[in-house]
Amino acid sequence: MFGIVRRRIGFGASHASILDRCLHGIRPALSTSRCYSTAGKEMTVREALNSALDEEMSADPKVFLMGEEVGEYQGAYKISKGLLEKYGPERVLDTPITEAGFTGIGVGAAYYGLRPVIEFMTFNFSMQAIDHIINSAAKSNYMSAGQISVPIVFRGPNGAAAGVGAQHSQCYAAWYASCPGLKVLAPYSSEDSRGLLKAAIRDPDPVVFLENELLYGESFPVSAEVLDSSFSLPIGKAKIEREGKDVTITAFSKMVGYALKAAEILAKEGISAEVINLRSIRPLDKPTINASVRKTNRLVTVEEGFPQHGVGAEICTSVVTESFGYLDAPVERIAGADVPMPYAANLERMAVPQVEDIVQAAKRACYRSVPIAAAA
Amino acid sequence: MSSALSAIKILQPLPLPTTTTRFPENPVLEPLKSNSSFLGSTHKLRFNSLKPSSSSQRRSAVVAVSDVVKEKKLKSNSSLANLITKEEGLELYEDMVLGRAFEDMCAQMYYRGKMFGFVHLYNGQEAVSTGFIKLLKKEDSVCSTYRDHVHALSKGVPARSVMSELFGKATGCCRGQGGSMHMFSKDHNLLGGFAFIGEGIPVATGAAFTSKYKREVLKQADCDHVTLAFFGDGTCNNGQFFECLNMAALWKLPIVFVVENNLWAIGMSHLRATSDPEIWKKGPAFGMPGVHVDGMDVLKVREVAKEAITRARRGEGPTLVECETYRFRGHSLADPDELRDPAEKARYAARDPIMALKKYMTANNLASEAELKAIDKKIDELIEDAVEFADASPLPPRSQLLENVFADPKGFGIGPDGKYRCEDPKFTEGTAQV
Repeated sequence: MFGIVRRRIGFGASHASILDRCLHGIRPALSTSRCYSTAGKEMTVREALNSALDEEMSADPKVFLMGEEVGEYQGAYKISKGLLEKYGPERVLDTPITEAGFTGIGVGAAYYGLRPVIEFMTFNFSMQAIDHIINSAAKSNYMSAGQISVPIVFRGPNGAAAGVGAQHSQCYAAWYASCPGLKVLAPYSSEDSRGLLKAAIRDPDPVVFLENELLYGESFPVSAEVLDSSFSLPIGKAKIEREGKDVTITAFSKMVGYALKAAEILAKEGISAEVINLRSIRPLDKPTINASVRKTNRLVTVEEGFPQHGVGAEICTSVVTESFGYLDAPVERIAGADVPMPYAANLERMAVPQVEDIVQAAKRACYRSVPIAAAA
Repeated sequence: MSSALSAIKILQPLPLPTTTTRFPENPVLEPLKSNSSFLGSTHKLRFNSLKPSSSSQRRSAVVAVSDVVKEKKLKSNSSLANLITKEEGLELYEDMVLGRAFEDMCAQMYYRGKMFGFVHLYNGQEAVSTGFIKLLKKEDSVCSTYRDHVHALSKGVPARSVMSELFGKATGCCRGQGGSMHMFSKDHNLLGGFAFIGEGIPVATGAAFTSKYKREVLKQADCDHVTLAFFGDGTCNNGQFFECLNMAALWKLPIVFVVENNLWAIGMSHLRATSDPEIWKKGPAFGMPGVHVDGMDVLKVREVAKEAITRARRGEGPTLVECETYRFRGHSLADPDELRDPAEKARYAARDPIMALKKYMTANNLASEAELKAIDKKIDELIEDAVEFADASPLPPRSQLLENVFADPKGFGIGPDGKYRCEDPKFTEGTAQV
């Protein structure tokens, strides 16, 4: 983890102390001979998730994977490739198409201290199991007054893919993040994927782990630090992907990539954007966001999901409550269109935020652009 | 009353599908064809004793296992009282009386305003809880529904804890955070307490899965823990029920699915809601034995339970047991209970399981009236003590509100000062657990 800090020298120095404090005691043992080089391997998100699962299953025999097609099919999106051969059918379980049933079975197993990883083929299917995620997982530690904790991870692709239509494209970040008792994570890069999945599996509480199908094939550089099997990232800490001073852009999952591209474009026009990769939707890293807004005085929130009651709305509230005096412009919220996802490629493009939308919003926040009527 | 007629139509003697002939050629299911008395008796008796009854909306004919019990008694030449020993009988009696007295006290307390919210009482169904749960070890687990007070008591949760929980006091088994419908006890392996019907079934299946996992993957060779899932007739139409029957049979999990068929889901009659009201039949459809038993007779329930639990412990997989039972009170204390026929209630009241056991024990000289009365008195005092304890217990302190949301309280996130909020000593104002 200290490798991350140093890798971002020049970017994250001011946040080192907070990071240090938070990382204290999590996994301190790293050999000093390990170099924190920035160069090195590239790894796809798919490989990152696969390796994280592999390592956690190898380290703890109580971890098992359950879901549709995770075994013989090697995973619907090949995330669990090779795991069946390595760990056998007792630990990599192909289930019938019974989300409510197998999610509940996972929760029951977690009540007894096993550490299930439940895969949903997409989080849209989690709606069939949402009773168990919320009622028997999230609320159990509270209802039993701490007697029964639920160390379970629910993971799978979330949000829009390409041309998959309305029932396969919804983003569930806001839904799950509103529920107390759950932790909700949304990785972007390979480092995020590895670190956060490991943290999720080791966590004693239910974690909803929102991946993104379109990110699975994307490659990111990873340091030796990240590749170490004891690597993990703290839950509840956002990451400043790019430092800036004129406007803060918050994003998670695929939108981080878009925000970074937008920041590049804005830089050419003289606007220095600070991009925050939220990583953790619940708990939301409000201090990092507010500290950033107090620095830049302008905020653009970006998300893929439906706008009403979304993640951006919560961030806006936090900033208005805690940093109102620092805002120089209204908060700009970029979200998906308020429609079920259309199928036609051009309509789909209009229903999901694009880099252009983020650039325009940042410019509006900087008063460089005419305010437009409420986006559709 | 077309529903009654169609119900009667269903209850005609059926052309004989049996649990054995359903799977003639499948070698995997060969065990079903074995000569175990359990399945053999079901096969023999199920259809011989079926009589259509025109007056009631329900079969009141002799129920399968009672004949087994009679046969067993006739075969052995010893006295009729060899079904249970005196100690066992007294244990069963005490447990049922505890359940009944507790629930009656709940009703009193509710009407006095000490208990609130949703309270679902178990009066009349005690034979099922006692008959099954008294056969379990401490490590076996029980998963229930919102009608869970008596399951908790039978499993060993002290009456004081349950009463305090119902009063919403900090000394309750869940510190007042769960309530009537959410009884949990890690010590006694009571896994809840769920408000949604059908929700407990997959959780119970998961507990059974864990038992098997511990034995096979974690190599704890002696782990033969069994799970019981209790649920009602209404739940048997719910998708999760079928999903779990499938997976439990598929993976041969050590679980017994216990249906407490009390004929009513709030005001919805089982016969109005179910295409085929004979729930035990749904077992064989998924490859497990389905048994019907008279749930108002604790001895019969116990016999069936013994077989089903032993089967699960041996690793032979799940069983579906349908217990014909009845709740003497309404669905909950808020239910005016206007839809049920008083004649039906009277019929079942005459089959009160506690009275039945009392008669059995005195008739077979297992216990005297005086001994049983002494137990009644002891239980009354226990319940009084529980109420006093609960009354005297404190309400949860304000700081308890934020406790136990997470096992790892860092889940509350980072506060404005950059530290985790749970590390701020003022966060819960006094207590260490967050």
